[in-house]
Amino acid sequence: MILSLEWLSEFVDIEGISVKEFSDVMTMTGSKVEGWEELGADIKNVVAGRILSLERHPDSDHLWVCKVDIGEPEPRQIVTGAQNLYVGAIVPVAAAPAELPGGVKINKAKLRGVESDGMLCSISELGLTEREMPGAVEDGIFILSDAGIEGVKPGDDIPSALRMRDIAVEFEITPNRPDCLSVIGLAREAGASLGKKPRWHTPSVRGSDGKTGDYISVSIKAPELCPRYTARVVKNVKISPSPLWMRMRLRAAGVRPINNIVDITNYVMLEYGQPMHAFDYACLHGKKIIVREAEEGEQFRTLDGTDHTLRKGMLVIADEERAVALAGIMGGENSEITENTTTVVFESANFEPSQVRLTSRALGVRTESSSRFEKGLDPENTLPAIQRACELVELLGAGEVVGGPDDYIDVYPGKKEPRTLPLNAVRINQLLGLSLDADAMAEILRSLEFDVRKVGDSYEVGVPSWRGDVEGVNDLAEEVLRIYGYDKIASTLFTSGVSVGSMSDRLACREQISDLLINLGLYETCTFSFVSPKIFDMVRVPAGSPLRDAVRLLNPLGEDTSIMRTMLLPSVLEALAHNYSHRIPECALFENAPVYINRGKDNLPDEPVRIAIAMYGPNDDFYSLKGICEAILGSLGITGARYVATSDNLTYHPGRCATIKLGDAVLGVLGELHPEVLENFEFDIPVYGAELDFEALFAARSTERRYVPLPRFPAVSRDLAFVCDERLESQSVADVVAEVCGALLENIKLFDVYRSPQLGDGKKSLAFALTLRAADRTLSDEEVDELLGRAVDAVREKLGAQLRL
Amino acid sequence: MIEKLNEIRRQLTELLAKEDVDEKTLEELRIRFLGKKGELTAVLRGMGSLPPEERPKVGQYANELREEFERMLEEKGAALRERARQEKLERERIDVTAPGRTPKIGRRHPLESTRIEMCEIFRSMGFDIVEGPEVEYAYYNFDALNTPENHPSRDLTDTFYITENILLRTQTSPVQVRTMEQRKPPIKIVAPGRVYRSDEVDATHSPLFHQLEGLVVDKHITMGDLKGVLELFAQKMFGPGSRIRFRPHHFPFTEPSAEVDVSCFVCGGKGCRVCKGEGWIEILGSGVVHPNVLRAGGIDPNIYSGFAFGMGIERIAMIRYGIDDMRLLYENDIRFLAQF
Repeated sequence: MILSLEWLSEFVDIEGISVKEFSDVMTMTGSKVEGWEELGADIKNVVAGRILSLERHPDSDHLWVCKVDIGEPEPRQIVTGAQNLYVGAIVPVAAAPAELPGGVKINKAKLRGVESDGMLCSISELGLTEREMPGAVEDGIFILSDAGIEGVKPGDDIPSALRMRDIAVEFEITPNRPDCLSVIGLAREAGASLGKKPRWHTPSVRGSDGKTGDYISVSIKAPELCPRYTARVVKNVKISPSPLWMRMRLRAAGVRPINNIVDITNYVMLEYGQPMHAFDYACLHGKKIIVREAEEGEQFRTLDGTDHTLRKGMLVIADEERAVALAGIMGGENSEITENTTTVVFESANFEPSQVRLTSRALGVRTESSSRFEKGLDPENTLPAIQRACELVELLGAGEVVGGPDDYIDVYPGKKEPRTLPLNAVRINQLLGLSLDADAMAEILRSLEFDVRKVGDSYEVGVPSWRGDVEGVNDLAEEVLRIYGYDKIASTLFTSGVSVGSMSDRLACREQISDLLINLGLYETCTFSFVSPKIFDMVRVPAGSPLRDAVRLLNPLGEDTSIMRTMLLPSVLEALAHNYSHRIPECALFENAPVYINRGKDNLPDEPVRIAIAMYGPNDDFYSLKGICEAILGSLGITGARYVATSDNLTYHPGRCATIKLGDAVLGVLGELHPEVLENFEFDIPVYGAELDFEALFAARSTERRYVPLPRFPAVSRDLAFVCDERLESQSVADVVAEVCGALLENIKLFDVYRSPQLGDGKKSLAFALTLRAADRTLSDEEVDELLGRAVDAVREKLGAQLRL
Repeated sequence: MIEKLNEIRRQLTELLAKEDVDEKTLEELRIRFLGKKGELTAVLRGMGSLPPEERPKVGQYANELREEFERMLEEKGAALRERARQEKLERERIDVTAPGRTPKIGRRHPLESTRIEMCEIFRSMGFDIVEGPEVEYAYYNFDALNTPENHPSRDLTDTFYITENILLRTQTSPVQVRTMEQRKPPIKIVAPGRVYRSDEVDATHSPLFHQLEGLVVDKHITMGDLKGVLELFAQKMFGPGSRIRFRPHHFPFTEPSAEVDVSCFVCGGKGCRVCKGEGWIEILGSGVVHPNVLRAGGIDPNIYSGFAFGMGIERIAMIRYGIDDMRLLYENDIRFLAQF
């Protein structure tokens, strides 16, 4: 909402208050000022001048040399190329040095050898349009009398003479206060905020002969969608431009002047906050206005020339035969005001907000009017607004208002009793932490035009009709507080007993894993949780996989963010690809975030947390990623997990992928990404990725930490190497050895894999380092030899691997 | 004989003073002068030719010399070892200005570190950290939060919907009513998490961002308590001198509502580029919990009152770290991430 301070000052005395001060006060009482513009301030040293003489430029056939009286002792000589000048014309003169809108500077200059001491201005050079200065030509110098501006003397300040000087303050009005989308609403707020009583004006209409009822009747067929409809007729209308003061107030408020009747409707909307419409009476068939729901499929062309197909439930204003307006949104082309209009019907009505909103959305038509009705307007306002419009018609001489002063049509099926609330001062103080007395509260509420009445020892508050948002004690508390001052609230600390803030174990565990990964050299990422459905193809998720059954957005911003992710790894891969494309030589990323598992359209999805890791770099391979996974499991106290070779997960290299299993539970998958996946993400080096199921990790974690005595007897270290088939997994050898050695085997670790022609094709040697220890004695060499001999036999029998000597 | 001994002493002194004495020559000298066949022994062997009365004197002198020689050789040896060590240390000199081998250390995402810091501040004030679903019923996101049927935030242009009744939460506030359904007052929680709004990505907007919600419900909770808690938070988060300012605003789920500004931590309130000359930076929305919201949570607004607040984690991270483009936060370029 843009407020002209010049307009405001008609209602509230703001003399001597700077715009900064005004803005601060208004902001601190709840009408937030976004900024302001000093209109006309970008025009400097532009004054009115009278053309004294016009002579041809000696060296040009299109330039003129003028002598111009600008109220200085000597006339100025100015060269111009305009052809519409004559001696005696009053024109705007940028008297050098001068400034024009857009930072244009006008200095003394020579034009083809002739001194020019300024510039004569057109309307566009002053930042004006033909709409704002009707009559003025666009391609010549602005001759003031062309636009009907008389009485301006040489030397007069042009922005002032044209009523351009004003301050336009822009407010951010919250949706609960549609009453503040008006000069009067803001004047009310300004009055209470500044402690000044506004000067209100009650419109009065003289009227003329005739009876409104003879011209028109109004019937409301959908009273729940139209609580009130007020109409009035103006005859003998003379369509012409509205006067300068009205045009310039509209301009300050950001509205384009059109003609007197349209300008009046806009002016009243801005002043009263009540959208109005004007119909050409000649176009209303049957002398009837009918407010009804549209027929299904009804065709309608709005006055912007757009055709619409209406649906049942949309509200239209109709005559006997057809719709003439979309209620509260836009009028129809069929009843628009034109140059030839002679009789006008003004509409000032109230419409149910959600119908306006739904219709406006459905048809894609948003107007100043619809956006106001959507917020819910005060039905009491329709009558003062229509009377004001008629008063302005008379003031402007735009026509004759039919009937006596109060001969309007007013159908008001939705009248509501005013709301009354008790003033519970104790509760208000309790909520705010203040100790104001009830009298002070009553005073504040009165300044906001609440009807506060003393009833016995307490007060009763009549809520003004325009304050539909005030429903209870909390609302009254806010009204009191914002005028009393939000800054007067003292900081206190509540005393609900000492407590220690807790964090769930689950959250703590998530942070623990992130901490570990960061300490292992990985960077944490934050990616969008909605992704493109193409992502499944990019990581080769098979058709029909449940992963593809993602939660889908009804109204995504675009295809790329249209489904909720069911996998986390692709998001991290995208981030990794971004880094790779920027030639980062090595990069390791992880994310610790939820995925969204569809549970049908009536249920919320599950949001299990996953941990995805993706990395590349000269020193990275499958085993560095596996080491990271092992570190995570280790830090969570998870033992006994198995890394099972997995060749059917198409995202990964079939020979370099493992599923991490703990019993039957799957903790995650890791591996080198499949070459095609690498291509899809535009990598041309190997990338290693993992996606771990945090929920499974969390369930499997062991938080028990118990002291085990340090060993009292020495350990025996032995190395064993086996020659076996290339495809034999080292883990199976370790498992057999462990089974034979039982509790005596403290540790077994693969430390070397060796291949050579001597070993033969398809053979390899696996070398293990074993640590054996007994808790109760020193193991003898014989005992160890015997044990390992059995282990070697078992490995040979079960796996066909020979001890390498 | 004494002269002979003195001559031996002179010889040894001379030899020890030579430049090229090393461990090896030192051992040779020991053998030559102190060995069983050494010069000193040779002299003592000749003691038999001395008159008996001189023998003790010469013997004593010879013993003194032996001790002296041992000491001299020992000192020389120590000096040699010391020199050798010095030489070794000198040889081992390295270029300490050459770069170190840094172990790989990753970084926490700046949004996550900001979230953790915020949560820790509130936890130290006794707030529990709770969570709620991101895909949420419209009921919790709007209806239970007293949001009018025709409120613009419900529009398809503002909110991502999954079905008519299920949406991506537009704020962390739905956790308020979910918490009230599960807990009895006193309630003191903060709820961080992802939220979604239908905004195209640009320098200051993102369709996904993070918020931290706060809720306190008990008997006699006032707006002054809200101010007190937020002031403490601001001082922990932005520095001990921080002040806060309440400005009236409107949210459907609080009444009275306030937008909260913190005094600019860069200029201290004088006005600078960070605060755009205002001296204040807007950080959050807050207010007294609307009675309808308490009712939706099954709490009697005539007995209890409460306050709630919600702040954008991106906003706080951006002003703290001076990040001027929100897109950087989701691009995950490690050259960016490495800065935090």
